[in-house]
Amino acid sequence: MKDRFLEELRRICGRANVLTNPHQLETYASDGLLHYRVRPPAAVLPGTADEVRRIVRACFLESVPWVARGSGTGLSGGALPIEDGLLIVLSRLRHILEIDLPNQRIVVEPGVTNLEISAAVGPTHFYPPDPSSQVVCSIGGNVAENSGGAHCFKYGFTTNYVTGLEIVLADGEVVTLGGKELDLPGYDLLGAFVGSEGTLGIATRITLRVAPVPESWRTLVAYFDSADRAGQTVSDIVAAGIVPGAMEMMDRLAIRACEEATHAGYPLDTAVALIVELDGPAPECDERFDQVVALCRRNEATGVRVAADEAERQLIWKARKAAFASMGRVSKSYYVQDSVIPRTRLPDVLRRIDELSESYGLSVANVFHAGDGNLHPLVCYDPTVPGEAEKAERLAGEILEASVDAGGSITGEHGVGFDKKRYMPLMFGDDDLGAFQRLRCAFDPQQLVNPGKVMPTPRLCGEVPGPYREHPIERAGLAERF
Amino acid sequence: MDEIAPTTIEEASGTLRSLSSDSVPVRFLGGGTKSHWGGAAPEPDVVVRTTSLAGVVEHNAGDLTAVVLAGTPLIDAQKAFGAAGQMLAIDPPESTRATIGGAIATADSGPMRYRYGAPRDLVLGITAVMSDGAVARSGGKVIKNVAGYDLGKLFCGAWGTLGMIARVALRLHPRPPAMVTAVGRSEDPFAIQAAAGELAHGGLEPMAIDVAWSGGVGRVLARFGGAAAGGQARRAADVLSAVRTDVDIVDADEELWSRQRAGQRSETGVVVRLSVLPTEIAEVLRCADAAAGSVAGRAVGLVWVTLPPAAPLDAVAAVEELRSALAPRVCTVLDAPIEVRAKLDVWGAELDGRMDLMRRLKQQFDPAGICNPGIFMGGI
Ligand SMILES: Cc1cc2nc3c(=O)[nH]c(=O)nc-3n(C[C@H](O)[C@H](O)[C@H](O)COP(=O)(O)OP(=O)(O)OC[C@H]3O[C@@H](n4cnc5c(N)ncnc54)[C@H](O)[C@@H]3O)c2cc1C
Repeated sequence: MKDRFLEELRRICGRANVLTNPHQLETYASDGLLHYRVRPPAAVLPGTADEVRRIVRACFLESVPWVARGSGTGLSGGALPIEDGLLIVLSRLRHILEIDLPNQRIVVEPGVTNLEISAAVGPTHFYPPDPSSQVVCSIGGNVAENSGGAHCFKYGFTTNYVTGLEIVLADGEVVTLGGKELDLPGYDLLGAFVGSEGTLGIATRITLRVAPVPESWRTLVAYFDSADRAGQTVSDIVAAGIVPGAMEMMDRLAIRACEEATHAGYPLDTAVALIVELDGPAPECDERFDQVVALCRRNEATGVRVAADEAERQLIWKARKAAFASMGRVSKSYYVQDSVIPRTRLPDVLRRIDELSESYGLSVANVFHAGDGNLHPLVCYDPTVPGEAEKAERLAGEILEASVDAGGSITGEHGVGFDKKRYMPLMFGDDDLGAFQRLRCAFDPQQLVNPGKVMPTPRLCGEVPGPYREHPIERAGLAERF
Repeated sequence: MDEIAPTTIEEASGTLRSLSSDSVPVRFLGGGTKSHWGGAAPEPDVVVRTTSLAGVVEHNAGDLTAVVLAGTPLIDAQKAFGAAGQMLAIDPPESTRATIGGAIATADSGPMRYRYGAPRDLVLGITAVMSDGAVARSGGKVIKNVAGYDLGKLFCGAWGTLGMIARVALRLHPRPPAMVTAVGRSEDPFAIQAAAGELAHGGLEPMAIDVAWSGGVGRVLARFGGAAAGGQARRAADVLSAVRTDVDIVDADEELWSRQRAGQRSETGVVVRLSVLPTEIAEVLRCADAAAGSVAGRAVGLVWVTLPPAAPLDAVAAVEELRSALAPRVCTVLDAPIEVRAKLDVWGAELDGRMDLMRRLKQQFDPAGICNPGIFMGGI
């Protein structure tokens, strides 16, 4: 990286906020997916949106590619640095800019954490998309990944809550998409940006919809001796027209790990635990809750534990939210997979995962968002055994194939990033990828923004085929194209 | 004018490929219920109708999803889903002809927008035919999915200017077996706004909260459909009385909502669609009242103002007046006599920094510039 360029960065955000020392840069070599490491030549930590704009502009003028980073908890290598590029770290942009509860909106900078948003609008309101990483992950990262969480089956995903964005484009241009209002006319560039995994620009100001806190909750965890029965219960609940706030499943190995970490009181001999939480107006919750309990029993639940109070509810959730973190207790290392299947195919796909686990000789723990069919198989392996990590990765890859075969997707919330781009052809053909590239080229023709992510093979933004034709309105001088 | 109605997606692809190599502008049409919407543009050389590309391809009742061809009449699809106790929560004004593709392309919505979101929130995946014949899919048919870019959102509300929507995967919802509505009436626009705000924050779970205004009287409508719908409606009625509106509870409420939806269309007047904030609703009601207009819309701030029929110049003046009173909120003209539309920019949006990006997108997706040219914002 040229000295002149680094000097320019120091001028923009101060010497202390431009890191070039290899030791300091080590911290930024990976995101949450630790087995990929690339130490960037430099990282910069802007303190204001305008500094971001000036940095991006400087990169554009020098043709330096860059990667944005929020809190670095991403699980697909989306914020993985590139060898010849700048890392732009947004964690200093942490201001809550406006809270407008009558209109159910909050405006924030991208480095604010997910949980800080709910805290800022509480206790009357909350921000529904709640990734398990909510204590640390940044809202900018959530926007980039279209993150989800346990409550998304009822409440929707990040993309359903972002109403406005200020973004910095590759050439340093600042554009406002949407606002506090809903459904503004024009192309839904906001919808295209959310979930674009940091490849279309940097979000510097984010306007979100928040929701009033529900009046009441009812939470239970039911135990089953087979995934089929638990899966059938989920289907029956949905078929009864009930929309729980959350429905989460864990299998035996996951339960064991969580129990060891949290002592929440889940029985260790149960095959599957199903958490169901209803929220909403109290009479509605009560009536539906009785139905849910009856459905669990009809499907031969071996036990149903109803949370008697808020403390017990928190305990039930504590175990679930600790699932990833506590896997260390039952396995030296593990690979987190993230795939989606149509909910009704759950038993088939779980059987397939069992088969794979057996044939690879590696155990797989399952935790998943049962309502929306989002699986998180955790493939356990021992990194000290040569070749086992690769084996785990192959197994995890076969789970993706099984999910796509069942009509699902290669990722429900962690994104494609660097890790899964080679699986994109499982879902998308040439024309599909070509259309993705058209979108990317409209935003970033020079391809300076997070290059090498999402798309399976690099493509250039060439000349678009087809003749340019002057539109009659242009001819009449009423409008210009550029 | 030629009319082509492809019966398969492959056929549509071939049609567009050959039209674009000859640079022939096309207009996509479904049922044609909104064919006059959008900017006044020259007659296209060719109309491509989607109505032969129709049918529910998959209805996965257990997964609450469906895959539908774009030319399927909305009403037919609803019938099919309804048979399984489900619904697609896209409920624009009733029509026997309106197609799913048309509703999605124009991002049209109805009262259920309040709880379930806009078409963009319900489209899980899309297959679009682009002007060079490329058939591109994005998304999938599961309710959660972040693989690849979300092109479905781009095509929702693009008015066919990026290509032709051929097929969509949709998220469905359980259809409540019975619904009850609480209605509050007042002549004070601020009471209507306050009532809507209270209901939105009152711990209830309405399927819809709508506002309406006509002839100097306003209404708030809150619809409930859960297991305890009646109880919720009674609680809503209490909230409505507390803010001093006259209250009614309506059990057989289909007719009521059908009329409410109809307030978004007009054959002779001028319909203006606005995106405002919930705290600006009273102001919209006041302005509409001053113009002898009527209002139907969502408490979340999506409102349709119908200005009464008038001579073209007067109608244009009324739109301009509404725009200046409510600036910087965007007023988009939908239904309006051709003489009125020809005299104003129906989009009324300021052409800000977004416009460059929108033009680049158009250039990428429709390099030949043949898809619905001229009808969109900024002359796209
Ligand atoms: C223990 C654990 C549990 C998790 N649980 C969940 C879960 O339940 N649900 C879920 O969805 N995810 C989960 N994740 C994944 C991760 O937390 C989310 O993807 C999160 O949104 C990433 O946020 P971040 O700030 O860490 O982003 P980073 O990892 O820093 O970046 C992620 C991507 O966002 C881009 N980016 C960051 N900021 C911006 C910005 N301002 N503008 C544009 N692009 C930007 C980056 O370039 C990168 O591509 C979990 C991760 C961990 C480690």
